[in-house]
Amino acid sequence: MEILVCVRRVPDTSENEIALNSAGSDIERDELVYSINEPDNYAVEEALQIAARVGGTVTVVTVGGEDDEEILRRQMAMGANHGVLITDGSFAGSDGRGIATILKAFVQKGKYDLIMTGVQAEDGAAQVGGMLAALLDYPFASLVNSIEVLEGGKLKISREIESGNKEMNEIDLPCVLSIQTGINEPRYVGMKGIRAVASVPIPTYGAADLGLEASKVGTAAAKVKRVDYFVPTAGRGAEMLRGKREENIDKLLELFARKGVMK
Amino acid sequence: MVGCIESVGPVTSWLVPGRALFLSIHLLGLACFGYIVARRLVPLIRAERDPRFDRPLARLGKVLKFWLGQWKHPRYKTAGFLHILIFAGFILLAARAFTVLIVGVSENFVMPGLSGEAGHLYEAATDYAATVVFLCMVFAIVRRLVFKPARYAVPAQYGKSHTPDAVFLLVLIAILMVADSLFEAARAAGQAQQGQPIELTTILSLPWAFRASLASVSLPVLGRLYFGAYLLHEVTFYFLLCYRPFGIQFHVETSLFNIYFAKLDKGTLKPVRWGVSDENLAEVKSFGVKKFEDFTWKHILDFYSCADCGRCSDNCPANAVGRPLSPRFISIKARDYAFQHYPMFGPSGNGKPLIGTIYSDDEVWSCTTCGACEEECPLLVEYIDKIVDLRRGLVDDGNVPQSLQKPLKALESRGNPYGKMEKKRAEWASAKEFQQTCPVKTLDAKNGADTLYFVDSITSYDDRMQSIGRAAARILDHVGEDFGILGAAEKDSGHEVRRFGEETLFLSLRDHNVDAIKASGVKRIVTADPHAYNALKHDYKDVPPVEHISQVIARGVRSGKIRFKPLADGKNVYTYHDPCYLGRHNEVYDDPRAVLDAIPHLKRVEMSRCSDRSFCCGGGGLMLFYEPKEDQRMGVKRVQMAAEAGANVIVTACPFCMVNIEDAIKVAGLEGKMSAIDLAELADQQIARQSLPIEAARATAIHQECVVGR
Repeated sequence: MEILVCVRRVPDTSENEIALNSAGSDIERDELVYSINEPDNYAVEEALQIAARVGGTVTVVTVGGEDDEEILRRQMAMGANHGVLITDGSFAGSDGRGIATILKAFVQKGKYDLIMTGVQAEDGAAQVGGMLAALLDYPFASLVNSIEVLEGGKLKISREIESGNKEMNEIDLPCVLSIQTGINEPRYVGMKGIRAVASVPIPTYGAADLGLEASKVGTAAAKVKRVDYFVPTAGRGAEMLRGKREENIDKLLELFARKGVMK
Repeated sequence: MVGCIESVGPVTSWLVPGRALFLSIHLLGLACFGYIVARRLVPLIRAERDPRFDRPLARLGKVLKFWLGQWKHPRYKTAGFLHILIFAGFILLAARAFTVLIVGVSENFVMPGLSGEAGHLYEAATDYAATVVFLCMVFAIVRRLVFKPARYAVPAQYGKSHTPDAVFLLVLIAILMVADSLFEAARAAGQAQQGQPIELTTILSLPWAFRASLASVSLPVLGRLYFGAYLLHEVTFYFLLCYRPFGIQFHVETSLFNIYFAKLDKGTLKPVRWGVSDENLAEVKSFGVKKFEDFTWKHILDFYSCADCGRCSDNCPANAVGRPLSPRFISIKARDYAFQHYPMFGPSGNGKPLIGTIYSDDEVWSCTTCGACEEECPLLVEYIDKIVDLRRGLVDDGNVPQSLQKPLKALESRGNPYGKMEKKRAEWASAKEFQQTCPVKTLDAKNGADTLYFVDSITSYDDRMQSIGRAAARILDHVGEDFGILGAAEKDSGHEVRRFGEETLFLSLRDHNVDAIKASGVKRIVTADPHAYNALKHDYKDVPPVEHISQVIARGVRSGKIRFKPLADGKNVYTYHDPCYLGRHNEVYDDPRAVLDAIPHLKRVEMSRCSDRSFCCGGGGLMLFYEPKEDQRMGVKRVQMAAEAGANVIVTACPFCMVNIEDAIKVAGLEGKMSAIDLAELADQQIARQSLPIEAARATAIHQECVVGR
C-alpha cells in the first residue's frame, strides 16, 4: 500500500511560552522551538505500522519552507521511506483551501492508496484533510482511531464519537483519513536516527513542478484571512476548599450534588 | 594420612584392583567437564568485547577482599556465616580432594609440601573442614526446607521453585564429605587392626566418628568399605563437577574469574561499545543489547556466576514496591536462555530479541539505577550496565514509553526536561531578597571565577528546589568562594539521559556543557545535585574536579569557616537519607553526617537501611516522568522507615530525593508529623552569621512551624 502522510511543523506547545507580539498580529516567534504537529506524528506511526503489516511505502510531505525539512527528517528517522518538501514563494499566505489545492496537485503526481493527515494542526483549523478529499473526490473520514486493512481495496476504521464511544466504518480506497491521537503509541526518534538520515536528499517541488497557477494559491486566493489575535482575559480561579479533610469531603460531595455531577 | 601412605601399603593396596576403573572415571570426568566448559564458553566468545585485562593489582586486590576474604558475606549473618565456613572448608579441602583423586591411580602420591608434620597438621585440619562442611550442609538443607527464607522464593511469574535443585546440590556435597571421611576412617580402622599406630586423632570429627564405629569390623569388610567409599567419593566428585555448570553452583568454578574481572570503577557506565570512541559512535549500527550475544562476555560470565542467593532482589527498591523487576531474575532468566539456546549438543543461538521473550519493557524501565543490588552481590555481579544497555537497545528501536518522549524531546530542544526557556535557567538567582544578600554572577568571557556552581535542571526550574540552589549559593558565599553559574549556557547534565539509554542525546548535552565549562575558565566545580555530581565526575571528561556541596560544608566545618548556631527546637529527631548517587555510587557517607553532628542540639538517628544499604527514594531525573507499574511508591516506604527509626525530619542531599520524599510524606498521610529538608538548606539555616539573610530566616521559621505544629 502506498501511503502519503501530510505533516506540519508547529511551535511545540509543551516547550514554549506562547505570547503575542507587540503588534498583536502574530505570536512572538523569536525563541520558539518547533516540532511536528502531534496528531501528524500519530498518523505517520499508523502509516508505518500499516506498511509493516501489509507492505508498501510511506511518504511524508509538508508544505512550507526550508526550516520544515527538520520534521521531514525526523519522520524519515522514524521509518518513513520518502520525505517531500513543497515550497514556493507564491504559497505564502495560503488558507486551508490553498494548502489543500497544493497537496491535491502533489497527490495527483503520484499514485497513493491512502492519504492521512493529523486530526488538526495545533495552530490550524482541522480543515485541510476534508478539503483535500473533496478536491480529489476521495472518500473522507475524520477522527480515526483505528485502521484495519480489508480485502478488496477497503479499510475498516473506527472513529471517535462523543464521550469516547467508537463508530465502525468501512471505507473504499483511495481515501483520506484524519488521524486522532491515541490511535497508537508513536515510536521514539532519537538524535542518532536523525543523524543517520541527515544527508538523505529531500526532493523539493515548487508551484511550477506541480502545475499550480499563482492565482489559485497564496494570499491572492485566500478567502479566509486572519485579522487579529487576542488572549482571553483570565476568568475566576478555581475554588479552593481549605478546611479539614472530612469537612472538605462533605463540602465537595455537596458541590457535586448541587452542580449535577452526581445524581 | 596422606603423608604416611608408604607405611600403610597393605591398606592402600585395597585400591589397587580399582586402578583401571578409577583411571577411566578420572579421564571420563575430566573429559566431560572440559567439554561442558568449552560449550559454556561458546556464548562468551560470540559476545561483545569487554576489556577487563587491565590493572592486575587492583583486580588481585578485589580477589583477596571479595573472593578469598568473602567481604560481602557477613551482610547476611546466617547465610554469610555458613558460606564463609563452607568456602573455607572447600579451600582447605581442595588439596586433599586432588590428592585423594590421584591416590586412586597412584597410591604413593603425596602433595608436594604436605609430607611429614605439615601433612599431619593439614590432615587434621581437613578432617575438621570436612566435618564443618558436612554440618553446614545439614544446616543449609534444614534452612531451605524448614525455615524457608523469603528471599529464596520464586514468584509465580518466574517459574518453579529452585529449592529442589538447591537441596540436591547440598546433598551431593554432604555425600562427598561423608564418602571422604568414610574412606579415611576405613583405612584408619584397618591400620589399627593391623597393629599400626593410630593416625586418626581428630576427636569429634566426622572421620573420627566413623572410625570409632568401624573398630570391630573385619579387615575384608573394611577393605570393601574403603574401596566403596573411594568409588562413591570419586563418582560424586565428578558428577558434581559436571553438574555444577548446569545450575546455581557453577559459581564454585566461575566466582574467582567473575571477581577478578569485576568492574573497578564505581559510578561509571560502560560505553555503548568498547573500543569505539564517542566521536566514532555513528559507525555503530545498532546500539545496546537487543539479542543475547549483544551482552559482553563478562556480563554472560555474570549470568553463569549468579548463585541465586536473592540478596540483590531483597535489597532492590523496585522489587520491594512491586515493580516488575527483580535483579536476581535478570540473571537467572538470561542464564536459562543461555543454557537453552547454547545446549551441550547441536546448534547454538537463536538471535531472537530478548525484550518480549525473556525480558519486558516495563522490567527494564523499572530500575532506578540505585545500585543496591550491586552493592549487595557477594560475587560482584553487575546490573546497571546491563539495564542501561538493554535501554539503549530499546531507545535505538524507538521503543520508549510515551511518558518519557516529551521530556527527552525537550532536553534535545531546550536542554532541560521541562521544556522551559533557556533564558529562565538562572531566574532562581534573581529572586529579589536573595539577590540583595547574595548576588550570583553568571560566568562569561568578562566575568570569571574560581569555582563553578553547576545547578542542573531541577534546581534551576523547580520552584521548591530553587531554595536548595539559593542555600548552596549562600553557603559558597559564606565560605568565601569566588563562584559563578553558567546560567543560560548550562544544559542538563544528562546523567539520567544516559542512564535511560539515550547516549547520542547525552553526548550532545555533555559536549555542550564541557565547552561551556572550559570557556568559563573555572578551576573547580561544586554542585548540590548528586546526579550532576556523578555525571561531572564520571561521565564527563577533561573538566575541573567536582565536589558535592556536602563536602564543601564539611570542609568549612572542619576548618572553622562554618560555625553552626544551636537548633532552636531540640525536640525534633533527624535522620539522614543517603542519596544513591552521593552514597553508594560515590561513597560520600561521612561528610553529610559530620555536618549534621556539628549542629548543636541536633538529635540524629539512623534508619535500619542507611549508608551503602540506603533505600532509593524513587529515582531522579527522567524517572520522575516515568509512570511505573507498582503497588506502592518507594518514597512512601522510605518515609515509613524514617518513622520507624523514630525520626520526624528527613535530611537529604539531593533535589530529586526531596521531590520524592516530600510527595511521599503527603501520600503516607504524615503531613505535619514529618518533614524533609535538604542538607544545604539546613546548613544554610543554621550557619552562625553576623546578620541572618532574610530568606534563611524565613526558611527557619517555616520549617520549625511545620515540625513543631504537628
